[in-house]
Amino acid sequence: MTSMTRRTFGIWAGAAAASLALPTYLRAQDRPRVVVIGGGAGGATAARYISKDSEGAIDVTLIEANPQYTTCFFSNLYLGGFRSFQSITHTYDVLAANYGISVVNGRAEAVDREAKEVVMADGGRVPYDRLVVSPGIDFIWDSVPGYSEEAAQIMPHSWKAGPQTKLLKEKLEAVENGQQIVMVTPPNPYRCPPGPYERASMFAHILKSKGFTDSKIIILDPKEKFSKQGLFQEGWEAHYPGMVEWYGPEIHGGIKGVDPEKGTVETDFDTFKGALVNVIPAQKAGAIAHQAGLVSENGFCPIDAESMRSTMDENIFVLGDAAIAGDMPKSAFSANSQAKVAAMNVRGDLTGSKVFPARYANTCWSLIAPDDGVKVGAQYAPTEEKIASTTSFISQTHEDPALRKATYEESLGWYAGITSDIFGRQG
Amino acid sequence: MRQRRRGLGRSAGLALAALSCGSALAGGDPAEGEKVFSACRSCHQVGEGARHGIGPHLDRVFGREAGSLEGFAYSLALRRKGAQGLVWNAQTLDVYLKRPQAYVPGTRMSFRGMAGNEDRANLIAYLEAASAGAPAADPGAAPAPRDEIGALAMNIEGDPALGQYLANECVTCHQPSGRADGIPSIVGWPRVAFVRALFEYKTNVRAHEVMRMVTRNLGNDEIAALAAYFGSLTPQ
Repeated sequence: MTSMTRRTFGIWAGAAAASLALPTYLRAQDRPRVVVIGGGAGGATAARYISKDSEGAIDVTLIEANPQYTTCFFSNLYLGGFRSFQSITHTYDVLAANYGISVVNGRAEAVDREAKEVVMADGGRVPYDRLVVSPGIDFIWDSVPGYSEEAAQIMPHSWKAGPQTKLLKEKLEAVENGQQIVMVTPPNPYRCPPGPYERASMFAHILKSKGFTDSKIIILDPKEKFSKQGLFQEGWEAHYPGMVEWYGPEIHGGIKGVDPEKGTVETDFDTFKGALVNVIPAQKAGAIAHQAGLVSENGFCPIDAESMRSTMDENIFVLGDAAIAGDMPKSAFSANSQAKVAAMNVRGDLTGSKVFPARYANTCWSLIAPDDGVKVGAQYAPTEEKIASTTSFISQTHEDPALRKATYEESLGWYAGITSDIFGRQG
Repeated sequence: MRQRRRGLGRSAGLALAALSCGSALAGGDPAEGEKVFSACRSCHQVGEGARHGIGPHLDRVFGREAGSLEGFAYSLALRRKGAQGLVWNAQTLDVYLKRPQAYVPGTRMSFRGMAGNEDRANLIAYLEAASAGAPAADPGAAPAPRDEIGALAMNIEGDPALGQYLANECVTCHQPSGRADGIPSIVGWPRVAFVRALFEYKTNVRAHEVMRMVTRNLGNDEIAALAAYFGSLTPQ
């Protein structure tokens, strides 16, 4: 597969070089071209739906820096020992083989909006008629003073799945009884709102299963409240009494910074030392969105709620965590839902196919302890200002354990469903 | 429905006959098995005049090759298993019902499995007796809608193109291949069963928060369109 994608890329690079001399050569081909930047829940879904539903009438290229994709969703279940790393890692083989998508394993460095070309890190240029930008998030490293990309080797963020996830798992397994884990959670808006708290639950589960109940997990939160708070706090009390402590800004008074050498987090109230420190910094849209001039002052990309089209460029759509999607949380489910709306609009633009009114949905499952799953979900519709929630639900406290177990098992079914919806059905 | 009840009544009689003949399985109690079967009944019919529903009818299932009935859209996995020689009998049903996905990975039967050995023995004893009758002449023919809440939608010819669009929302969880890995398979269902299920979620007869939310804003045309679309898919 690697060699195949390389070869594909070789062709692109060659063609791109030729295009400098003969710009009309590439434009002369029959099929309209869609380029998708980012092969995650948003980008890969969009590529698959555009290719599948246009039945080959549109030429689709998917640019992704990594040859394999490890999902951030369910990576907490890997930390908790419920999933293997391999089971949350996916290839692009099916998208290339069964959907005719040109998968380019490389990094998109810039977008030349004037020329309608994506500029690759090696200088190659990939022309498009419509561009889908789905780069996920980047970190604002200095949102936590003392934190940096280098510091993440000592205090992993693990908020992009891959080597960071494995690093965090190693460090978690090395924690001894009585030692402390400190988490610094991010301010809004960020990827996967309940994620940090599910992660704290998985930390506690590992420690508890080793009998390390003298250990504590301290969560230092810049927010006054968090997603599914009542459900998590009830669950921590029930499963891990005395092990998980959450401190909001009223208690810690402000997070002053971290010292990776000493393994400490300084707050207004106290300095916390952790055998493991997990820092999840503030976030912004992925770098390419900034380079392409698609972001607003808050670091994310404004879109048209009807279509996911960038308000900055009518030929570009922005999906997933990088987009300002109104009431929708930054989640894989949201990105997958948005991708289908964008795909329909891209086809409408290029082939004149019918465009139905946009519908969006999201559900987020979280695991608190073995067989204790909870969920929150909503449906959304475009309004003049934003994508607005129309109806929603959340799991209740004091639910029947059988229902919690069913919710967990449902989440496994969802993972199987959404990953085959994103990457195509494997095998 | 009335027809099915009658069928079951008769098969209960057959079950007793089977018991007295001593052909019930390994001590299984068909009367207890009939109670266990209530969990299967929303998808499977058995007894005189049984029809296909969400699952195939089970008449004369003993001794039959797996996945071999005409007019029912089995998963590819089950058809393959049948072609490889799987024939339903007390032993094979016992293994299958214990953990369907483990025995036939890819089956679209949305059933996690029955752990209790006694429950399975009872169920199989019931099935052996109850399945002796003859199915309906055309078990795949759609039954007439009952006088029920979704009847209006059941009588609409759904637009599959609209259904395909609306289905985009469903397939994030329900796999269009028909695989059930923890979330039910919804492909290849009879229209009436599909529409009825959505109305039951809408009216909270079936309690499920996500499905209630999803169905809340669906109108009759949309429900009919979804039924048409998912009904048209072939399980892989």
